[in-house]
Amino acid sequence: MTDFTPFLSFAGGLMIGLSAVALMVVHGRIAGINGILGGFLSVRLNSDWAWRGAFLAGMIASPFIVLLATGRFPEITVPSSPLLLVIGGFLIGIGTTIGSGCTSGHGVCGMSRLSVRSITATVTFMTTAGITVYVTRHVLGG
Amino acid sequence: MIRVVSAFLFGLLFGCGILISGMGNPAKVLNFFDIAGTWDPSLAFVMGGALIVTAIGYRLAFQMDKPLQASVFSLPTRAELDTRLIGGSAVFGIGWGLSGFCPGGLIPVLGLGLSGPLLTAAAVVAGMITARWLSGVRTGGKHAAA
Repeated sequence: MTDFTPFLSFAGGLMIGLSAVALMVVHGRIAGINGILGGFLSVRLNSDWAWRGAFLAGMIASPFIVLLATGRFPEITVPSSPLLLVIGGFLIGIGTTIGSGCTSGHGVCGMSRLSVRSITATVTFMTTAGITVYVTRHVLGG
Repeated sequence: MIRVVSAFLFGLLFGCGILISGMGNPAKVLNFFDIAGTWDPSLAFVMGGALIVTAIGYRLAFQMDKPLQASVFSLPTRAELDTRLIGGSAVFGIGWGLSGFCPGGLIPVLGLGLSGPLLTAAAVVAGMITARWLSGVRTGGKHAAA
């Protein structure tokens, strides 16, 4: 079980939205984490490398801000086995690259622009994620 | 310099939002999808909060002639619903459901140095490289994945 946290989750969502808007206002860019990571890892050096790297570094440093603000690190529980993490991670990398986006890029940025592609993508990955959890927990009994 | 510092701060804000909301906690993410079991609807509130701010903020942002530190707004222009979009998204969802991580949830957690998230991130990068390689093979090496 995990606690129902509507207020904290809503507050976190507001912060994610603020960051996405700020990145658009200042840099003119979509806050799609898959796209930022993919662009950062691109073989060819490009002018976008620096801001992408800085954005990712800020994300990685964020647990320490949470520590400063709340006195403890955020609670992270990883229920999946290492094998499932590797398979899952590999599918995430393939899927977000071929599908041009993830929860942030399609789900937040694209949907808020009422992009039909992003709405379609979001409905698709939410559905397959739900089916996957149902199968692993209730059919296979993981 | 302003571009790099501002991007770092926006990443920090994004990461804090992820961690406070619970999107970085796979146990919470998997419970969100487990409607038939230990359902935790919290993450619907993350999406709600993020969408409200972004929908309004983007509208205001696009009133500007151009971004403060860039020459244009870089927005996706494709409109077609193709098999790559739907197939890729379907595959991503399976990975999300198996691991409990999405890319935005995973990166902030890497700062904690836990083995599970690091392992997942390595696999995500391997998947990205594989997808690009597959795209390159299909199009004769001329095409780079966006």
